Amino acid sequence: MTERPAAAAEPETAEGPEAATAPDVATGPTRAEYCVLACAEVWRGAGEILASPMALIPALGARLARRTFSPDLLLTDGEALLVSQDGTTEGWLPYREHLALAAGGRRHVMMGASQLDRFGNQNIACIGHWSRPRRQLLGVRGAPVNTLNHPTSYWVPRHSRRVFVERVDMVCGVGYDHAAGARFHHLARVVSDLGVFDFATPDHSMRLASLHPGVTVAQVREATGFALAVPSDPVPYTREPTGAELKLIREVLDPGGLRGREVAS
Amino acid sequence: MTCDDVVARLYSGMTLGIGGWGSRRKPMALVRALLRSEITDLTIVSCGGPDVGMLAAAGRVRKLVAAFVTLDSVPLEPHYRAVRENGSLELMEIDEAMFLSGLQAAAHRLPFLPLRTALGSDVMRVNPGLRTVTSPYDDAETFVAMPALRLDAALVHVNRADRQGNGQYLGPDPYFDDLFCAAADAAYLSCERLVDTAELTKEAAPQTLLVRRHTVAGVVEAPNGAHFTSCVPDHDRDEAFQKHYATTPWPEFAARFLSGDEHAYHSAVRAWHEEQP
Repeated sequence: MTERPAAAAEPETAEGPEAATAPDVATGPTRAEYCVLACAEVWRGAGEILASPMALIPALGARLARRTFSPDLLLTDGEALLVSQDGTTEGWLPYREHLALAAGGRRHVMMGASQLDRFGNQNIACIGHWSRPRRQLLGVRGAPVNTLNHPTSYWVPRHSRRVFVERVDMVCGVGYDHAAGARFHHLARVVSDLGVFDFATPDHSMRLASLHPGVTVAQVREATGFALAVPSDPVPYTREPTGAELKLIREVLDPGGLRGREVAS
Repeated sequence: MTCDDVVARLYSGMTLGIGGWGSRRKPMALVRALLRSEITDLTIVSCGGPDVGMLAAAGRVRKLVAAFVTLDSVPLEPHYRAVRENGSLELMEIDEAMFLSGLQAAAHRLPFLPLRTALGSDVMRVNPGLRTVTSPYDDAETFVAMPALRLDAALVHVNRADRQGNGQYLGPDPYFDDLFCAAADAAYLSCERLVDTAELTKEAAPQTLLVRRHTVAGVVEAPNGAHFTSCVPDHDRDEAFQKHYATTPWPEFAARFLSGDEHAYHSAVRAWHEEQP
């Protein structure tokens, strides 16, 4: 699991800017909206599995995917209920069943990361030495069981060298260099406020997959604490949302514009 | 029984499981009674919330077995965080699946259960005592052998119970409370309301009967006994008070709210709420 959304808030990077006012539909997509879209894409083609987003923008992404191109996704209310897109309860998934579902593999989680390294090792437990951390964070939570049992992606609302580090202080989510080819290990994507990343390189090191419009490669490199694989020019941009997707984000999923608190415009 | 009767059966140095999850349906009245006692040097096994925070702040915890400690709406438990950052707590940090399997192994009287987790993670590094087990079948896959988390005692809080120890939850999630009871040599149940056995299934379905009496050594009626954690549908989390707990220095908080008995606690909480603008 099985991090519950509330408990999975990312403390190291949670201090976002004040809420942006929701832009009207005539304006172009904001950075937060590209992020919602990029998160939604994580669940494209996933089929009838549980989408477990651990923060607001991934949650908006999962709900967008379900309302558009991945209608079979299962979603929870953040606690023990499976809910359909209008909020109707369609199933029961208490904490322990959530763990059973993770073990069964029919799940794709999008966790936060206080640190993330080149091979996708993730840390949410503590900063500094484990025996006496400089900063105690959430703890290891469900990161090991998630990463060894079903597809896992990460969401980083503020891309910086503090998050994208050469080596994480504690391996909670298992990266490619530690997974030893584990049967069900698969890190799908990393979405940050700057772009989308994956591990589609020969040695499974992290690669820039797309830049959000307005972001440069130099900006991403500057904010990343390790050597990032970058495709040769031109680097693709994160795709544009359709009018219908933008309308769904702005009018149905997040009319209050809370996404602007997680990612600045 | 009363909360103090339960605590009279507990002792320093024991391994104590605490039910609930984070800041949800925690047996806080029993934890408060524990804080009034001299009991210390505890090994606590918990899906940690303010139970862990308070006992750690009061210096009662020697060792913690957990996958997290959180207040839910406040992601990081401040007192737990303080003892981790000053290095005064021994920690067996395992993941959530291992925690569940450890309780299941204990409930089944097994020495361990295999599970597909933690290999390659630093859970193996920080728990050098953990062992692996290889499948004897053709797959020959290697698993973590999660040792049983056997408990000397367990404390859990539910919505309703009868005097025999049949416990009922009425919220959406049972958490691991039945497993805590089954994994313990002696489990103690507090409840919002003690009712006759027949009343348990008058309005609620039998599958809400989570805790079975043969796993329970004593029952306490403790209305609002999960405060300030949630105990739905009886009451939600007291978010304002939890925030106060999380932002007040421990000695000040303890002096105002924990220097008297359970009745004094609830009076002090009421008085605090009345002061709020």
